Amino acid sequence: MKFGIVVFPGSNCDHDAYNVTKHILGHDAIFLWHKENDLQNVDCVILPGGFSFGDYLRTGAIARFSPIMKEVIRFANSGGHVIGICNGFQILLECGLLPGVMLRNKSLTFLCKDIFLKVRNNDTAFTSHYIQNQILKIPVAHGDGNYFTDAETLRMLEDNNQIVFQYCTEGGICTEESNPNGSINNVAGIINQRGNVCGMMPHPERSSEALLGSVDGLQIFKSLVTHISQGERLAA
Amino acid sequence: MALYHVVVSVTRRKSILDPEGKAIEHALHSLEFTQCNNVHVGKLIEFSVEAPDENTARKIIDATSDKLLANPIMEDYSYSLNELITHKG
Repeated sequence: MKFGIVVFPGSNCDHDAYNVTKHILGHDAIFLWHKENDLQNVDCVILPGGFSFGDYLRTGAIARFSPIMKEVIRFANSGGHVIGICNGFQILLECGLLPGVMLRNKSLTFLCKDIFLKVRNNDTAFTSHYIQNQILKIPVAHGDGNYFTDAETLRMLEDNNQIVFQYCTEGGICTEESNPNGSINNVAGIINQRGNVCGMMPHPERSSEALLGSVDGLQIFKSLVTHISQGERLAA
Repeated sequence: MALYHVVVSVTRRKSILDPEGKAIEHALHSLEFTQCNNVHVGKLIEFSVEAPDENTARKIIDATSDKLLANPIMEDYSYSLNELITHKG
């Protein structure tokens, strides 16, 4: 299985994603520079965290027009699996692969801390290794993580089980206090209707080794490996 | 061909929470400018546009704003446009 990690000027979590996929899980992983036009047959694309283009204009607004994104969009539209983490999620929103926008954190501060997430939907390519409603401890590091969308889109996300992760207390209750950034309905991560594109603000690639304080994020990558490998076996 | 100077104002839709605007409003009130309210923060982007006429310039500016400068889900935009007079000789 081959992961492709897109690198924009200003990305800074690309190596973390590479470390998890290549060194921890032992799969093939390559970096895809934002100016390239070829995804090099990867099975899964990761849009990593960071500050692409300095967050100039709006987070992800300029990155979404990088040459590689034409291929990422084409890949996603033909069913390829894409996960956008933090800035990656912002880029997916800007290019319309996921609905909604990211606003400045309600507190106006940059938040860098461990939070708790509830797995709202474990029937996805990204969460199949979790139990439904499992509580995860994963770090966030963002200034613009306040997910917002209109009432109609929110209803659609709820009805279609597209909300994958929600901020919650350690005991699993989704309270206002447990929401670090004011995102609507404590949304921390969503998928598209087809289920092959996922965006999440917290950093699973920074919670995949005991050394870093939590391994709760590792199952996202393992779920992807399982799902994509199964797909290949069915196709063969 | 004419050269136009454009200033695009991008502002957050009023229906969307503007914590930055609120923070500035509170700061103004704490400085006793209590008569100042409804603070909203936007951004200003200025550039020049080469176009044969004003209508074409406006079409170009609308396209740049729709595609890049403003995110229509959360932002509105408006702009002012001035033809730059170039002196020959």
